[in-house]
Amino acid sequence: MSTALDVHGLTKHFPVTRRHRVHAADDVSFTLHPGTITALVGESGSGKSTVARILAKLHDPTDGTVVFEGKDATRARGRREVLRYRSQVQMIFQDPFGSLNPVKTVRHHLERPLRIHGIVPRREVRARVHELLDSVGLVPAEKFAPKYPHELSGGQRQRVAIARALAVEPKVLLADEPVSMLDVSIRIGILNLMLKLKEERDLAFLYVTHDIASARYVADEMLVMYAGQIVEQGPTDAVLHEPLHPYTQLLVSAVPDPGTGLHKSRIPMRQGLAAAAVDPPEGCRFVERCPLAIDVCSRITPELVEARPAQAARCHVTAPAPSIREETRVHHLH
Amino acid sequence: MSGMVLREVLRPRATTSTLIELERLVVDYVLPSGRVRAVDGIDLRIEPGEIVGLAGESGCGKSTTAQAVMQILRSPAQVTSGRILFRGEDLTGLGKEELRKFRWRNVSMVFQSAMSALNPVLRIGDQFVDMMKAHERVSKNDALARAGDLLELVGIDRRRVRAYPHELSGGMRQRTIIAMALALEPELVIMDEPTTALDVVVQREILQQIQDLQRELGFAVLFITHDLSLLLEFADRIAIMYAGEIVERTTAATLFGNPLHPYTVGLMRSFPPLTGPMERMTGIPGTPPDLAAPPAGCRFHPRCPHCRVEDAALYARQTTERPVLREIEPAHHVACHLFE
Repeated sequence: MSTALDVHGLTKHFPVTRRHRVHAADDVSFTLHPGTITALVGESGSGKSTVARILAKLHDPTDGTVVFEGKDATRARGRREVLRYRSQVQMIFQDPFGSLNPVKTVRHHLERPLRIHGIVPRREVRARVHELLDSVGLVPAEKFAPKYPHELSGGQRQRVAIARALAVEPKVLLADEPVSMLDVSIRIGILNLMLKLKEERDLAFLYVTHDIASARYVADEMLVMYAGQIVEQGPTDAVLHEPLHPYTQLLVSAVPDPGTGLHKSRIPMRQGLAAAAVDPPEGCRFVERCPLAIDVCSRITPELVEARPAQAARCHVTAPAPSIREETRVHHLH
Repeated sequence: MSGMVLREVLRPRATTSTLIELERLVVDYVLPSGRVRAVDGIDLRIEPGEIVGLAGESGCGKSTTAQAVMQILRSPAQVTSGRILFRGEDLTGLGKEELRKFRWRNVSMVFQSAMSALNPVLRIGDQFVDMMKAHERVSKNDALARAGDLLELVGIDRRRVRAYPHELSGGMRQRTIIAMALALEPELVIMDEPTTALDVVVQREILQQIQDLQRELGFAVLFITHDLSLLLEFADRIAIMYAGEIVERTTAATLFGNPLHPYTVGLMRSFPPLTGPMERMTGIPGTPPDLAAPPAGCRFHPRCPHCRVEDAALYARQTTERPVLREIEPAHHVACHLFE
């Protein structure tokens, strides 16, 4: 499978005080492929938005590389280089109310990127704007082009934001909670649009969300983040139906499932927060909430280990590395 | 949390008569450009100890309904007609001081954004003290001790009475608000999207806690949300609102097994399932109507898959005649021409 964006060892530490650092992202590695939607799921504070923002070059990482078209984008400094990367890797934000200029028309929002990046000759700009509106389902285009953001519903605004991102013909789209502020009846429409665009334009999508049911609906691949680390990754169906990591199990069991009632059986889990880790000590970051924790968990940080084909987790119990398996066996003998 | 602590803090109560009854309630926003009817003649009963869910999209009138029950509507919103009966007494006729006593003691409310419901420059404990002192003669020390008990009731360390709101996580702030809403042992707690701003795991914990407390203490809950999947798990009865009207009203079990109104069916098909086969879903086409100029006839007809010109007789009624909420089967009310 070809690669659109290769993320390796991405790390971002934010200072909280002079001596303390929040590890918003630690050693995050994954690959985005054309024609594939990859979901990055986790709770607030898990670092998922930080990762998306680094990929969009809104933050510089503390460490790690983001390779696009053979070049490390985190080192790109020249104006042309940065402009090229930014046009190819576009971001859609959560709030379609804040991301559009209230005093400009829909047409203005779509014409601007076309002109700045010189996507089409001047006389074709108008036609291209209409094409873009068509492709995101805002039809008839002539009706929507002269409208102002306040004349549109939330779902329509998000479609304009997507059309604007598509204007520069990107290869990668980063969508940070693109439907969480929309009404439920509208959400499926946007998710279907993502599926359609992925196929028609061979886009590589990173879908950042806390809603794993919607992630299941659109995503081919899934990354689960907890406290700055990817704790599980693999094909969506495998991760959701046979989760390796206890945190993934917790996430799955927390989703409302009509018909079963609140008291469905699920693994007991201590309360806690998936908040970003401040100066995390060595060991698994989930250990205090984990029902499966064993002695080694609080001493050694687990690596991402591929315990099943294409499915990996950071867990000494369900996906132990060979060295850990060796160590825990020694413990059992004693 | 032990049952003993619970009983010490709050006593369960046993009551029988209907708690809240909305009769043909109409709420208008009176604007210079004209009247916008946000709530258009709804009927809803809440029995003691019952969890009633009110679901619908933004702008359907569900929060306005909640504010009307709490009698906290502010200009330009006003109750134009209809009655809000609390144990048979019409709240719309009460004076300011009577309402002040009624609020929080009889009916309390939990808002969506806990951050703005708490005063950022006051310690948590002092906010409890203020609220209790507004309603009863109580010493500061006693009030603070009660505040500690209430925090423990919702699973927060009692020492947090000394904390400021910014020192608590979002989930803890929302729990604090819930504890505050329970402080005067109200008979009804209105919850307006109490968990929408929270993560799924925290949301699940808080819902679980609300349900446990509700079973223990017996208060009724009016739970307002756009997330129908949540209500199906959590509520006893559910009313679905669309464009200011209740379009379907029945038990959670019936709604799950046999949703009838095309809007309800559309809402149910808007949630991708987490288990079972995955199909392409359609959601509901179009957008909710502008309440300043709602469509004639059935307000859902422009988005309804069963409204087709080819079916001339039905189409004429759908586009000109307002459907009335009627009982289709026992305890199952639907407002739709398809079921007449």
